Amino acid sequence: MEYKPIRKVVSGNYAAAYAVKHARVEVVAAYPITPQTSIIEKIAEFIANDEIENIQYVPVESEHSAMAASIGASATGARAFTATSAQGLALMHEMLHWAAGARLPIVMVDVNRAMAPPWSVWDDQTDSLSQRDTGWMQFYAENNQEVYDGVLMAFKIAETVNLPAMVIESAFILSHTYDVVEMIPQELVDEFLPPRKPLYTLTDFDNPISVGALGTPNDYYEFRYKLAKAMEEAKKVIHEVGKEFGERFGRDYSQMIELYKTDDADFVFMGMGSLMGTVKQAVDVLREEGYKVGAAKVRWFRPFPSEELYELAKDVQAIAVLDRNFSFGQEGILFNEAKGALYNTDAKPLMKNYIVGLGGRDFTVNDVRKIAENMKAIIDKGELDVEVDWYHLKR
Amino acid sequence: MEIPENVKKRLSIPADEHFYAGHTACQGCGASLGLRYVLKTYGKKTIFTIPACCSTIIAGAWPYSTLDAPLFHTAFETTGAVMSGIEAALKVKGYKVKGEDGVMVVGWAGDGGTADIGLQALSGFLERGHDALYIMYDNEAYMNTGIQRSGSTPYGAWTTNTPGGKKHFLEKRHKKKVIDIVIAHEIPYAATASVAYPEDFIRKLKKARDTPGPSFIQLFAPCPTGWRSPTDKSIELARLAVQTAYFPLFEYENGRYKINMPSPKKEPKPIEEFLKYQGRFKYMTKEDIEVLQQWVNHEWEKLKKLAEIFG
Ligand SMILES: Cc1ncc(C[n+]2csc(CCOP(=O)(O)OP(=O)(O)O)c2C)c(N)n1
Ligand code: SF4
Repeated sequence: MEYKPIRKVVSGNYAAAYAVKHARVEVVAAYPITPQTSIIEKIAEFIANDEIENIQYVPVESEHSAMAASIGASATGARAFTATSAQGLALMHEMLHWAAGARLPIVMVDVNRAMAPPWSVWDDQTDSLSQRDTGWMQFYAENNQEVYDGVLMAFKIAETVNLPAMVIESAFILSHTYDVVEMIPQELVDEFLPPRKPLYTLTDFDNPISVGALGTPNDYYEFRYKLAKAMEEAKKVIHEVGKEFGERFGRDYSQMIELYKTDDADFVFMGMGSLMGTVKQAVDVLREEGYKVGAAKVRWFRPFPSEELYELAKDVQAIAVLDRNFSFGQEGILFNEAKGALYNTDAKPLMKNYIVGLGGRDFTVNDVRKIAENMKAIIDKGELDVEVDWYHLKR
Repeated sequence: MEIPENVKKRLSIPADEHFYAGHTACQGCGASLGLRYVLKTYGKKTIFTIPACCSTIIAGAWPYSTLDAPLFHTAFETTGAVMSGIEAALKVKGYKVKGEDGVMVVGWAGDGGTADIGLQALSGFLERGHDALYIMYDNEAYMNTGIQRSGSTPYGAWTTNTPGGKKHFLEKRHKKKVIDIVIAHEIPYAATASVAYPEDFIRKLKKARDTPGPSFIQLFAPCPTGWRSPTDKSIELARLAVQTAYFPLFEYENGRYKINMPSPKKEPKPIEEFLKYQGRFKYMTKEDIEVLQQWVNHEWEKLKKLAEIFG
């Protein structure tokens, strides 16, 4: 069948819901939190209108149980999905470890939202990045299209390496903003994403297995090593699946870091998620103004694209890392990770960390210009002014 | 030893064993007995969920398992939720759930994992109407972490965080009536059971299996380690708990209460009978025992009334 995309104008959340439908998810555990709610509402609507068949919708009583129910369903062999945001994700934290440790390919959409207090429903990456050591893969979407594509790819990748995956979109900027999304006809999604073949299931009654039993010091270590290896293997699988996606549907995701006009760049802006849309736009403007700049959008934060980062870093003079998050007592999390990944290599560009957009503060093309001016000054001087810059601070 | 067929037929308790020898429970452990009866009744087509509790250990360390049935070990507070997910997945995959020829989804959790940290997930599970059975084995404290109080610990009992001493500091709250909380959800089937009355327990397990919807059994399961009682007295203590009406056996079925006492005509024995052999009650004064007796009387009268009105 020839690929003819179906164009729909949808919010980021609806893009996620359509992807869940097209992925033929079998169990959805649902618990509301702003701004995630319209994902699970839309799925419920699909079910009520008989647009999805063969699905169980479990309206659980908390996010902790949403993840626990997804785990039960996934361990029984079903393709399982849930979605959350901020406080909900934090409440799930214990069970995120459980999903990864039990090697269950659950896919979850997290709508990036700032952690309280103070209460904030706006964009901020601290919720998802606080989960970075749980063994979940993390994909940051720049726009609604990437939310849709990301969910479909995440299932395929997760079910290949037997690790759970989070697809992350930003609060309101994507979750509630409408845009054109090219959707894939069901038959072609089915070809790309066949039914799940589980690593194990609890329904093998003749060879019953016990999952998650006590692991003594003699065994636990190896379990962790295997998980680490699966994460490493995921890089290859991400590349292959991203490439296949490109060949089938025209949008190539083979690179974990998407590079934009970096080839001849003196310095680049690096970041994740929707803010990189603004940055790319700014790069176009800045190029016209004579800056040789580019953008590096980190799509997959886990596994971390160290090799691709090295390839980029060895050819540029400086990297401005834009973090919509902060690790207290240290620095922005992407900045921290990027520096760490380059330490044992010969690529040593100047690296500066800009903390931007926390709690949904506006981040505009003009802000990128100001950062570019600052970066240029640093490069000319050959040294940093400050390492971590709270860019928007009202002084 | 093979049991001859003609003998097998006369046994009221299934001869099949799906709970392996070599498990790691203490001697006289009521919980392990309970687990054995569940496996005898349901056989291999059962999916267990066990949260953090003594049974995590009883069920065996990787790569071994004491249970001849699939088992998912899960986090302390998640039994109700994981069961829900398993049941949902079985349905979407086309399995028959519950009933004699169906798959039994069984949550097996301690009193701590049920009455306290897991209460929310239990409530969600009950309310959503999943076809599965939640069994709370009640040993009246957190045993796995070393005998701390739970909501199900009775008045007057010593535990390591409600110790007795010079200040006569001990557990001052009465046992939480988890079964009443469960019944408030108006589920089709809920019951209490005791390892001292296996026929009654197995009958209830079968009823839970054959009644569609969520079911709940609170199983009284003595713990000699935590109760500071002789290992050979577990069954006697479990029986005395029933005979003193400290832990009466009853069923709640679609709005109807039914008391299933072994000797219905007999008046309950005094609570002292149950307190004997148990080091955990040694700090209780005469007055404390009276307080406990009053509570037992009150709860027993309440249950009898319920059975009279809604029998
Ligand atoms: C979130 C969390 N808190 C605490 C614990 C520690 N913990 C493990 S088992 C347990 C007590 C279990 O008590 P109960 O449910 O009564 O079962 P029992 O051990 O008596 O069989 C506790 C507190 C845990 N595993 N998880
Ligand atoms: S501590 Fe008690 S409940 Fe735990 S295994 Fe020993 S006897 Fe059984």
